[in-house]
Amino acid sequence: MTVSEVESDTAAEEDSSAPEQEKMVIIAGSGDLDKAWPVLLLATTGAAYGMDVTIFFTFWGLTIIKSPESRITGDDWRQKMMSVFKPGSPDKLQLSTMSFGGMGAKMMKGLADENNVASVQELLELSQDLGVKLWPCQMTMDLMGLSEDDLMDGLGQPAGAGSAISLMKQASISLFI
Amino acid sequence: MADLVVDARGLQCPMPVIKVSQAMNQVDSGQTVELIASDRGALSDIPAWSKDMGHPLKDQFEENDEYHFIVEKA
Repeated sequence: MTVSEVESDTAAEEDSSAPEQEKMVIIAGSGDLDKAWPVLLLATTGAAYGMDVTIFFTFWGLTIIKSPESRITGDDWRQKMMSVFKPGSPDKLQLSTMSFGGMGAKMMKGLADENNVASVQELLELSQDLGVKLWPCQMTMDLMGLSEDDLMDGLGQPAGAGSAISLMKQASISLFI
Repeated sequence: MADLVVDARGLQCPMPVIKVSQAMNQVDSGQTVELIASDRGALSDIPAWSKDMGHPLKDQFEENDEYHFIVEKA
């Protein structure tokens, strides 16, 4: 099968399955707790609006979807160092300001818990339940030495800027957070 | 009396909207869902959602600091 045949097949599939579904795309470029929260809040709400929602995780945004079991990653010493100093997984995210060596995030999570605000982990699960597509960015995965095994289950195929632009061209809401 | 009652009390944004949208999948067209929420944000979020989605908001009232929304599935 040639490339053009593959493309036209995919396009036909999308057309038949979701004829009028509006699209929403969010680029998640930060591993900060205060960015991960709005990414997932807006994604789940978009899904509640019946939209076809895709989140692209790139650069530090990948830490949101790193597997909790993932330890030191990559072959290069710089990649290994990054994975040590910036451990992934949604439970280890830190605040962008008032971090205080992790105290800030602890305080914020405590407050969120007392106020019944869903946690990042809960929102991630909810996103998947609601059919939000979670796409890791291949280039930054390579840059950071992350393989698909280092990421959580249930993600879409790693993709690139071309896929992001292609989706954003059709989307009525595109956000970079 | 609504066909389905959804309790979102104690839950914060965006959960009331998520809950009501999930409830819509469980009822048929013309049936109603009653959402009970305590999140003040729901006061603007639920009417906005129902308008955008085309599911009419049949009634809305406040009782003991709780907000009730009756939404009919289009």
